[in-house]
Amino acid sequence: MTDENQREVVIPGEIIASGDDYLPGENTEKKGKDIVAIKFGLAEEQNKLIRVIPLSGTYQPRRGNIVIGKVENVTFNGWVIDIDSAENAFLSLMEVPRYVDKNGLEEVMDVGDMVVAKIWGMNKRGIDLSIKSRGLGRIEDGIIVHINPNKVPRVIGKEGSMIKIIKDETGCNITVGQNGFIWIKGDKVEDELFAKRAINFVTEKSFVSGLTEKIEEWFREEKK
Amino acid sequence: MTTKKSSEFERPDGRKFDETREIKAKVGVVPNADGSAMFSFGDTIAIAAVYGPRKMHPQHQQDPEKGTLRCNYNMLSFSVAERIRPGPSRRSTEISKITEWALEPVLMIDNFPNNVIDVHINILQANASTRCAGINAAAMALAHAGIPMKGLVSSVSIGKLDKQLVVDVSKKEEDWEEGEGATDIPITFTNDGKITHIQLDGKISTKQLKEAIELARRATKEIYEIQKKALKEVGKE
Repeated sequence: MTDENQREVVIPGEIIASGDDYLPGENTEKKGKDIVAIKFGLAEEQNKLIRVIPLSGTYQPRRGNIVIGKVENVTFNGWVIDIDSAENAFLSLMEVPRYVDKNGLEEVMDVGDMVVAKIWGMNKRGIDLSIKSRGLGRIEDGIIVHINPNKVPRVIGKEGSMIKIIKDETGCNITVGQNGFIWIKGDKVEDELFAKRAINFVTEKSFVSGLTEKIEEWFREEKK
Repeated sequence: MTTKKSSEFERPDGRKFDETREIKAKVGVVPNADGSAMFSFGDTIAIAAVYGPRKMHPQHQQDPEKGTLRCNYNMLSFSVAERIRPGPSRRSTEISKITEWALEPVLMIDNFPNNVIDVHINILQANASTRCAGINAAAMALAHAGIPMKGLVSSVSIGKLDKQLVVDVSKKEEDWEEGEGATDIPITFTNDGKITHIQLDGKISTKQLKEAIELARRATKEIYEIQKKALKEVGKE
């Protein structure tokens, strides 16, 4: 049984709670009266809804995720993008917010370019991406860091608190992709590397409670 | 009266008839893999590494209906006293397939069309029951890789030495020659007590086979607790 705000490590097949008042959420299943975990992770209860947050494994794409990927191929009507998931993603020409010459797709994005995109649809054939919102599109400069995708929520923090601290302290612009790629853009390379070190600190200490205080302390130490 | 004889029976290493060797389990031993685990019965050590789900290659093996599990069991050349030729053999191909069949019933991989989950099992040191150690390690590694599963599986080998049933056979017992000789029965259970795999070569009566299954059921419960503990430890970090 999980108490409110108390997270517990569960393994597949483990009964998290029993009784008809509980509802099965993400990565859980109802078996008779019991709520059973189907993935290894942390069990969480919110208003009788039980879900399991995975602790390890590969990135599982979901609709609405912001991801950072690499252009793998250019086709006649769009780009194939590797977003580090099992399925390759496709960015269609229609999802680019400006006019593109059909014969000059390479001029907009070529093989090897990095791009920030949003997953707007998923079907049996694959994942469809879009760059029609603000902040999306080809990455011109800055650096890209790769972290474990399961640690992305810790880097962002509660309502973006952690990433806000890192942005403010380093003066860099940071975009976190849900697939574990992070784009850092600052005025100087030193600032970018400083932000990278801060992110690595967060991922290494991801299991510590009160991490936001810890990162503030870390910045005080580093800036001396 | 098997129970009376059981207490008198002496095993080469002094274990009780229903006692396993010392079991060790550890999760997260291969940093580059998506999930990994080590499992050992005494001197038998198995390491399992899981990669994926990822796109199946070669493409003609892709299954658009559901995901595929691909196991690869490999004994390292130095794992036994006499060096064995490295690489796939008739025996290792068979055990790879057996491992797939033992694990598949608990996996929920219908939602990974065209994808494959690769499980590489390496035997570092062999002293009988390597396939059981391999299956146990693979079950933990799959859970660690975040694969949706109905539960874990736990495997143990039951031996029949002459007429006596024993749990977790060692190499010395496997080569038992007195009386009827040795029969080795590896059995795999899910955590809710269902059999996913059973092998038998040799002779055994129906009555005794039922006893063997009950013996395995009890032993796998212990193994399950150890697997569970190992997984929870990495979760806490």
